[in-house]
Amino acid sequence: MGLEAKLNKDGFITTTLDAIIAWARKSSVWPMPMGISCCAIELIAAADPKYDLARFGSEVMRFTPRQCDLMIVAGTVTYKMAQVVRRIYDQMPEPKWVIAMGACTSSGGMYRSYNVVQGIDQFLPVDVYTAGCPPRPENLINAVMTIQQKIAKTKARDFQDKPLLENIDK
Amino acid sequence: MEKKNIYSDEKLLKKLLEDKDITIEDALENEMVINMGPQHPATHGVLRLVLRLDGETVLGVIPELGYLHRGYEKMAEEMTYIEYIPHTDRLDYTATMCNNVAYVLAVEKLLGIEAPKRAQYIRMMVAELSRIAAHMVAIGTYAMDVGAVTMVMWTFREREKIQNIFDRLAGARFTTSYTRIGGVANDADDVTLKMVRDFLDQHHSALDEMDKLLLKNKIFINRLEGVGILPKDEAISLGVTGPNLRASGVEYDVRRAKPYLFYNEIDFDIPTQTEGDCLARYYQRGEEVRESVKILYQILDKMPQGEVLANVPKHVLPHKTEIYTKMEELIHDFMLINYGINPPVGDVFFSAENPKGELGFYIVSNGTGHPWKLKIRSPSFCNLQALPVVCKGAMISDVIAIIGSLDPVMGEADK
Amino acid sequence: MGFKELIIQKVKEQFDNSIEEIKEFRGDLSITIKKEKIVELAKLLKEDNDLHFETCIDVTAIDWATRKNRFTVVYHVYSYKNNFTLRIKANIDDNPPQIESVTSVWKSANWYERETYDMYGIIFINHPDLRRIYMPEGFEYHPLRKDFPVLGIPGSLPLPDKID
Repeated sequence: MGLEAKLNKDGFITTTLDAIIAWARKSSVWPMPMGISCCAIELIAAADPKYDLARFGSEVMRFTPRQCDLMIVAGTVTYKMAQVVRRIYDQMPEPKWVIAMGACTSSGGMYRSYNVVQGIDQFLPVDVYTAGCPPRPENLINAVMTIQQKIAKTKARDFQDKPLLENIDK
Repeated sequence: MEKKNIYSDEKLLKKLLEDKDITIEDALENEMVINMGPQHPATHGVLRLVLRLDGETVLGVIPELGYLHRGYEKMAEEMTYIEYIPHTDRLDYTATMCNNVAYVLAVEKLLGIEAPKRAQYIRMMVAELSRIAAHMVAIGTYAMDVGAVTMVMWTFREREKIQNIFDRLAGARFTTSYTRIGGVANDADDVTLKMVRDFLDQHHSALDEMDKLLLKNKIFINRLEGVGILPKDEAISLGVTGPNLRASGVEYDVRRAKPYLFYNEIDFDIPTQTEGDCLARYYQRGEEVRESVKILYQILDKMPQGEVLANVPKHVLPHKTEIYTKMEELIHDFMLINYGINPPVGDVFFSAENPKGELGFYIVSNGTGHPWKLKIRSPSFCNLQALPVVCKGAMISDVIAIIGSLDPVMGEADK
Repeated sequence: MGFKELIIQKVKEQFDNSIEEIKEFRGDLSITIKKEKIVELAKLLKEDNDLHFETCIDVTAIDWATRKNRFTVVYHVYSYKNNFTLRIKANIDDNPPQIESVTSVWKSANWYERETYDMYGIIFINHPDLRRIYMPEGFEYHPLRKDFPVLGIPGSLPLPDKID
């Protein structure tokens, strides 16, 4: 454990602000489960005692979008439901990421019919796609770990609210 | 550029300041219309409810479905009977094997063939294991909605053991597509049967543990007793089936009334409750799990030896090992996969007992490999029809308890 | 006499010239009747003391696409007392497709008839609340008709905008 050893030895650490903020963000990703159909059962199974998702920092699954930063879309999205998913995505505060869980959200899956949206990337920006119908819980944990690696490379200044900063002196 | 907002619009501001007549009594005297939207932690899927409230009492409920309508019946007209089996998995996605068994039995009724005895026993075994798994999800999520969050962890721990068995038997833990027309896909070997027996031996103590946690708990009983009463004649006239009907006092089970597979050789009771409220529906599901364990012990003792696919070359796919070596089996396999099984012209209706109710398939065939029409009579759709009747006069927090006790699954209700 | 013969005898007594066909296939009994008499037949089946068909478990329709009577409405009714499922069919033509609703006899037929209206466009006269149940409100087509393609008609359902 490098951090605690260094603190005991020197009493201080030096790092960049970006690295600390990214480390804090990636170790406490709170997912918002958009559980629509069958993949939702595997999402609950990823949080049960056998495949514990809480040990990766996703301690709570809040069902309100105002308190989350990761949206896991699990289940087939129809045209009627797409309006609802988009509205909930807009209600989440920045920074936010999206996991497309399963085949139905990645590309429409096995449903090539009149009411199913062929992939949620037609109206949402997706960060990680997961394959499977439904994906095993280990696959979902792998997706969350990939999001954590993606967050570790971000810089805090990418998420600042530029118009607000420009008007702040006026 | 000046931004226009509510304070810069002169006319609107004037109107708001003049309206001095709104008082708190006005707000309390009128009724509220509230939307309990499709995205909600406790509606068991994407179900939208529009509630009309007088304070906290519900005056009327209008459910709105269709947020998961995937077009199952239209797709069935384009694909062959064998290609449709993976789609039936995703209907009631908590009890996947039960749907497979019901669909394949409907097609076999149309063709007039029967699977061998060992295949029928294996189908009964997986159907009962699915029933236990589905009731575990129902009990766990229902207790979580009402407030007891530990139950969902314990019931999902039991469900993981069942999914291990399916993983070994069918190759997939969740959406299995295990049954075939004329039998099942793989045989169950001795290691699998021993796994089932080990699971059953420890399941009773797990169930007793769960009962000790909740059944005598005063808070739980006060929350659920007397809430959402469904009287017996209303349940019959609204077409409710399954554990909801049996908790209102009607002793009707499709496995006893119209026996399919070999349920007439197995000895089991049909538990019923008389009150018809949410607590009775909760007890009913616990009793049904115990009955399923009893049935499973008898199935394991009576399992016969034999093959698992029927030998009817015009309708049933031949064994994979024979296709690679013999000519006739190769031709039959080609014709069956590309042009479909050869059903007669006619229509059949078959229903089976699913954990949610009575799942029925109505197949109309015109002699070709694709069905002309396939209608799915889903139990959750029919049970949701009772929701406006049961919720009248309840409080708004009781609506959550009532939905959990009726246990709808939207994948089935919306097809 | 068996229960099937009892049903056939009672139905024939009252409706002899309206019955078009009585058929048995794989153990199921189905009666085809003219569409004007459907509510009277429903009342007979429910209120007769020997027959006692209390519940309607399914209502659906079949689209034959090229026949003169284009649609067939199919009802499945069940009797708890006698443990029997009966199928009733009624042929209707296409201009315009309408039939009397049986919700006054069986309450459970309410949502099934709404679903049949949504999917096929068949209008049920005297239904308490006939509106779409699966497709959104402004949808103009009826999906399960044979002239509607499986992939849908592009532009018939709105989608939110893409984010850049």
